[in-house]
Amino acid sequence: MASLITVQNVSKSYWRDKIEIPVLNNISINVEQGEFLALMGPSGSGKTTLLNLIAGIDKPSNGNIIVNGTDISSLGESALAKWRANNVGFIFQFYNLIPVLSAFENVELPLLLTKLSKAQRKKQVETALTLVGLGDRMHHSPKQLSGGQEQRVAIARAIVTDPVLLVADEPTGDLDRHSAEEILTLMERLNKEFQKTIIMVTHDPHAAERAKLVKHLEKGDLVGA
Amino acid sequence: MKILKLIFANALRHKLRTFLTVLGIAIAVIAFGVLRTVVTVWDSSVDAAAANRLITRQAVSFIFPLPYAYKEKILNVDGVKNVSFANWFGGVYKDKNNFFARLCVDAETIFDVMQEFLITPEELANFKKERNACVIGQDIATQYNIKVGDQMVLEGDIFPGRWEFVVRGIYKPKNKNTDDTQMLFHWTYVDERMKVESPTRAGNVGWYIVLINDANKAAEISEGIDAIFKNSSAETKTETEKAFTQGFVSASGAIITAMNFMSFVIIGIIMLVLANTMIMAARERTREYAVLKTLGFSAFHLVGLILGESLVIALIGGGVGITLTYPIVAGFEQAMPKGFFPFFFIEPITTIIAMSAAILIGILASIFPIQRALKTNIVDGFRFVG
Repeated sequence: MASLITVQNVSKSYWRDKIEIPVLNNISINVEQGEFLALMGPSGSGKTTLLNLIAGIDKPSNGNIIVNGTDISSLGESALAKWRANNVGFIFQFYNLIPVLSAFENVELPLLLTKLSKAQRKKQVETALTLVGLGDRMHHSPKQLSGGQEQRVAIARAIVTDPVLLVADEPTGDLDRHSAEEILTLMERLNKEFQKTIIMVTHDPHAAERAKLVKHLEKGDLVGA
Repeated sequence: MKILKLIFANALRHKLRTFLTVLGIAIAVIAFGVLRTVVTVWDSSVDAAAANRLITRQAVSFIFPLPYAYKEKILNVDGVKNVSFANWFGGVYKDKNNFFARLCVDAETIFDVMQEFLITPEELANFKKERNACVIGQDIATQYNIKVGDQMVLEGDIFPGRWEFVVRGIYKPKNKNTDDTQMLFHWTYVDERMKVESPTRAGNVGWYIVLINDANKAAEISEGIDAIFKNSSAETKTETEKAFTQGFVSASGAIITAMNFMSFVIIGIIMLVLANTMIMAARERTREYAVLKTLGFSAFHLVGLILGESLVIALIGGGVGITLTYPIVAGFEQAMPKGFFPFFFIEPITTIIAMSAAILIGILASIFPIQRALKTNIVDGFRFVG
């Protein structure tokens, strides 16, 4: 299979009060199209940082990241924002839905940046919400939904633009076991049926079992790679 | 449309906070409107002065009288078209709180020089031919329910005694800022009685009202008039009606300046109230802005959201404030002694300034939250704990 993501010699450091804190050390990794990769490691190991870099919401200190043929480490803020809108779907631990919007409107948000007509947007939102099993909850507000349902709305929002890559940061971290299983099953289905490439950061070995490939990070280094 | 909905939804997210902010803005706009109305009404008495009228008064102070004999001499000055005169009568009509100007005037000429006082020829003729006739402004007629033919009795103070008048005319104001709260009656009626009761006070007038042909020659005509009476026992000071009125208003200058200053301080207070609300709102939404940025929303969108929310609150507050200012100003007018201000209305410019200030405040109050939202990168936004 072709490589969708190529991470080449990437390092990342943060500065806190003039002190440089290295987070990732010269990481190189390839992720193939259709992969379901779980990134595991203890807190502070750099797994979320690596996910952020691949998703284009942070920039490496050194090295290159090429996703779907684009070197995103060289893009400016505005170009990167457009690239994210077209290529990446995000799933967060705390769902991060906009509380004043309904499930439908939350899912529609990324489509407002496209040139789709109102009718086309409606169709895509309904398809995404039906796919995650919330076709009957479209007009509910986030506070009228359970945690698992909120995360499914977040997944619908992530897939509504049909991105090539889904990134998930601890997607089951705030859910009970039953809801977590549902979310993992849904992600597995998106990977298998819809060939979505997924990178998931998790602490949970049980969640990682659902991935096709598991990588471990420790103190900014990939271990056992 | 969705973005607009999000702006309104955000503005109403904390209903109590938004309500209190809108209330604060509305109260401040009302206070601004009332203060500005008082200031503009004060100033508009100056603006109402005619450019082609001069006032000749005693050089020492206008409280000292001038001889009646000056009239003909002033009339002979080059450039003078007509001359009339008036004298402050004072007195009380029914109650001390019934305040309006009562002036004894030259009945033959007063309406020729005060052309903004509109009176029918018939009423003017009746006024001229009857010694104890008076003409009142429309506002007085309305306030006290007085009709032509009614009697008005004044209890004199400057000119002691009981003074009876018959209303023979009601003048209408030509312009919105024309004073229609004056009572005008014959100077000769008062003077004849003075000749009997207090002869030393007879034959005097308060000030001359001089109508000139060319407003551009006001300065040289004024000098010409004053030159005639130089070194006399009653030297004169002639100035434009505007300058004369300005002299009255400037006596209250400190109060007006303070009111002017306060009205703009109020705008500053509104800005702080709204800025505080917007800073709190933007701070609480730091994660949401990070989410929107992650989804691909640009700085332009975030500016629109924050600025839009700030403007929505400012405009609602401003709109409510302006709407309520009208009945409150009307109530304020009712609460004041009758005739304290000859006219009392909200100038359109006050409404425009108040609404413009609300818009400006909406923009200014959003600057800091916008700057903060744009400066915070996505990663820090997600880490933020409000």
